[in-house]
Amino acid sequence: MTAVPLSGGSGVPALTVEHLSKRFGDRLAFEDVSFEVGRGEVFGFLGPNGAGKTTTVRTLGTLIAPSSGTATVAGIPLLPENGVDIRRRIAIMPESPGLYLRLSVRENLECFADLYEASNSKDRIEFALHAVNLADRANDACGTLSKGLRQRVALARALLGDPEVLFLDEPTAGLDPVAARDVHELIDELRKRGVTIFLTTHRLEEAERLCDRVAILNSTLRTIGRPDELRERLFSKTLTVRTLVPLADAGNVFAGLPGAGAWRQDIAATYVLDVTDATVAAPAVTRALVAAGADVLSISESQHSLEDVYLQLIDEDREAGRT
Amino acid sequence: MKLSARRIGAIFRKELREFRHNGSIVVTMAVLPLIFVIPPLIALLELSSSGAGGLLNGDPLAYLLGIPALVPATVAAYSVVGERQQGTLEPVLTTPIRREEFLLGKALAAFIPSLFISYSVFGLFLACIALFAHPAVASAAFQVPDLIAQVLFTPLIAGWAIWLGMAISTRVSEIRVAQQLGVLASVPSAVVTAFIAYDVIQITPRLVVFFAVLLLVLDVVGYRFVSALFDRERLMTGARS
Repeated sequence: MTAVPLSGGSGVPALTVEHLSKRFGDRLAFEDVSFEVGRGEVFGFLGPNGAGKTTTVRTLGTLIAPSSGTATVAGIPLLPENGVDIRRRIAIMPESPGLYLRLSVRENLECFADLYEASNSKDRIEFALHAVNLADRANDACGTLSKGLRQRVALARALLGDPEVLFLDEPTAGLDPVAARDVHELIDELRKRGVTIFLTTHRLEEAERLCDRVAILNSTLRTIGRPDELRERLFSKTLTVRTLVPLADAGNVFAGLPGAGAWRQDIAATYVLDVTDATVAAPAVTRALVAAGADVLSISESQHSLEDVYLQLIDEDREAGRT
Repeated sequence: MKLSARRIGAIFRKELREFRHNGSIVVTMAVLPLIFVIPPLIALLELSSSGAGGLLNGDPLAYLLGIPALVPATVAAYSVVGERQQGTLEPVLTTPIRREEFLLGKALAAFIPSLFISYSVFGLFLACIALFAHPAVASAAFQVPDLIAQVLFTPLIAGWAIWLGMAISTRVSEIRVAQQLGVLASVPSAVVTAFIAYDVIQITPRLVVFFAVLLLVLDVVGYRFVSALFDRERLMTGARS
């Protein structure tokens, strides 16, 4: 798959990945992955377990070297000699928070503020603590915090270097809904501040809600685009019509309606019509049903979620023996 | 390549804070040399003035050089594999830190306490001899060249033990294995010092210079060797880059 140009954003992309592959001996982690992420974009990276998401993040984060292909991260070519420069401009929050449990929250952050050589580190730490609502727990040992709070400390740690690109690897894994919502709000805040976010997640509703675009990886890049684009690409639009009793001559009612195409009877008095534009087809269908004297219970547009897109692609891979 | 003192300091301070919060590390570091020092101390305290002459043939203080070989071994062996097993290595390696900065920070954090403990135990040993041993034994034990050798060799031996421990720590995948191998690897240094103490190896000024230069070279080579062994990819994934 060739690099997909950005529809939004301006200037040099935050990430450019071209034909990137990583193998560990005979084992393929990911292959021929190409995409771009614009500055300030929230980019979702989805895929099943073992699809190569974390390895991609580690590769772009200069922790491991690619087997082939090229990339630029925060405008810097992904080369071994540029590792330090790239890591100065990015932050990675790994799936496991990896905190020093015997040290306090503040001591953890002080260590990392120095590792990022943050200017005015005290202010930076205060900012990070307030950003994740942990100012009142700053002196608590990390080992005494709940999983959700530890995740927040890890997020605060990632903010210390004022990153241009922030990689979040499953940031809400294992969090309760309230803690996950807090993380979502923080991601929204970071988006407003212009931080580019590369989000790997299993939570498809999370990707749908937060991400400007998503890519689905299953060792190779299966698709990329805005969530609504992907839905349109994979699923035809339909109208579902329910009437009180089955129509006497459904073929005649649905024939030649503007914006509508083929139709099928789903169950007794339910009909599914393929449509090109629901805003044109729905009024026409309504008028035709009324003219035919039908008792209409409901007319609704089909709603395919990102989860449907994801499952469709992963199922296709399974059927093709790619997983 | 320019190393950042701030990043080295960050790792060093973090390590010391962890030592402070984890009493067992400090106890392990301190108790081992105390046990190590008791046999020669008892031997010297029980020695009569007639036996003091025998001390002039050996170098009883050289025995104490085993302490800087053993004290940092456990901490150094834990340094990389411990972080890896705790899951704390990955976040650190995602920062702009260079491997040399990480290793120097870790090495310093093992080196400074080891030096402090070694010199403290040595001072305590001398104080006990001065206060409680027969004056003839004390004057025979306190030989200026031995005192200079103690001051000179303690950091060199500690440095070597640390790089050896850290080399093991970058290669193994289990903390217990690393610590056992670390202690095992420090035994040859301790044995050499014991041989000198019991006059099996007869020390001469030339030999002292030779050992000092050898240890200095080993320390520099050890640092470079461990830096070369430190492979981010292998540490993250278990696979060689």
